[in-house]
Amino acid sequence: MPFLAGNRPVAFPANGILPLSKTPPLLQIKALAVPNVAPVTLTLQARECLCLSGASGTGKTLLLRALADLDPHAGELLLADVASTRISADLWRRQVGLLPPESSWWEVRAGDHFRTGATLPLARLGLGEALLDAPVSRLSSGERQRLALLRLLANRPRVLLLDEPTANLDPENSRRVEALIADYRDSRPAGVIWVSHDPAQVDRVATRRAVLEGGRLQEAGGVTQP
Amino acid sequence: MISLDVSDLGIAAALVLLLALLSLRLHGGISRQLLIAATRTAVQLTLIGLVLKTLFAHAQFVWVALLALAMLLIAGREVLVRQERRFLGWRGYAVGTLSMFLSSFAVTVFALVVILGEQPWYAPQYAIPLLGMLLGNTMNGIAISMDRLTQTAWDQRHVIEARLMLGERWDRAIAAYRRQALRSGMIPIINAMAAAGVVSLPGMMTGQILAGAPPVEAVKYQVLIMFLISAGTGLGTLAAVSIGARNLFDRRQRLCLDRLRTPR
Repeated sequence: MPFLAGNRPVAFPANGILPLSKTPPLLQIKALAVPNVAPVTLTLQARECLCLSGASGTGKTLLLRALADLDPHAGELLLADVASTRISADLWRRQVGLLPPESSWWEVRAGDHFRTGATLPLARLGLGEALLDAPVSRLSSGERQRLALLRLLANRPRVLLLDEPTANLDPENSRRVEALIADYRDSRPAGVIWVSHDPAQVDRVATRRAVLEGGRLQEAGGVTQP
Repeated sequence: MISLDVSDLGIAAALVLLLALLSLRLHGGISRQLLIAATRTAVQLTLIGLVLKTLFAHAQFVWVALLALAMLLIAGREVLVRQERRFLGWRGYAVGTLSMFLSSFAVTVFALVVILGEQPWYAPQYAIPLLGMLLGNTMNGIAISMDRLTQTAWDQRHVIEARLMLGERWDRAIAAYRRQALRSGMIPIINAMAAAGVVSLPGMMTGQILAGAPPVEAVKYQVLIMFLISAGTGLGTLAAVSIGARNLFDRRQRLCLDRLRTPR
């Protein structure tokens, strides 16, 4: 029946293991041009966490913005083999979610920024339910930062672009955020690009590391899988 | 009607001069602007008076259309210079002028053909003053709303981009500011209609009464004009804000504030 062609069962190999090459890479970055940075080419798989470091002003934030298609850029971006230009920008950004260093809020109540009825892992980040009813202006910067992460995760993005997600947090809450992101990464599964200035944090969360230095993105040494 | 001669205008001009002198003594700093504006009023109105006199004598469509076009282009420039963060290049001029063309021209032609029904429909005695009043008012509404839209987009750029990052479409990300801009463009005409006859006597009605028209006839014209103006301003502001908001984003729904001028 020709109209079922798309749903044809996949022919399983005799040993029951699908060849790995059949799964497209989660995110492919091909010669992405970012101001003051040599064209960036790299591939990110699901469950990987690429930590990005480098002095401020080297273009880390601009790189993440280009990946979220927020700035015009040359080069190609593919999500599971689908080019960013082939899907609408809003759909791309839902799947390649960027968390900026400063969160922005537009409704009065914090909870109004979330879909009604959404179950949020507030407790895992040390936040109380009552926070959702509070005016955003009354929340601390750390509370806002953690809520902004939950707001982004509620979209269930397949790639997380995190720009210093724990900058305003104490060590305990930083650990909570790291644990939540690690769980999300494994269960979704999602790929993460994480900008961090804290070498200890990089040691805890990274599966790959890269440094942006002198206008070049350089990936550090061997790939360590946890 | 009592005809005015030059000495009557001279007395009124003396009042303006007196004000300018007073401002100079008090370091008000507006005497120069005041005198320039007063001179412009006298010169521009005299010229348009002569133009209208000639036009009424030769009521041909092409001349009426040419004058209307000139009025539109001048109004378009006026809209542009009143905006702090206007669109750069052709966009700045096009957004305002196109919106005014869509609203003022459409409403004027509609009023001339359907409501007034004069023969020919472009009779300059009706067409030019009507278009003038509509352009003057839509111009205000469009300038105010565009100024508001571009200024708010700039002020709230982090919020708009945060909403884009969360996968909202561009029109949703800017909807609240679009509404605000529309509102601020419509408020002057709403206020004018609400205060008409109670706080202020509208200029056109006053003019007709001074010219000897029966007050009730003058009132009917004024009501007509007010309604036309509010329709024109509403349509024009709606068009300008819609076109303007769309132009704040590119095809990939990115906020393009580099399309706006940075005020010095």
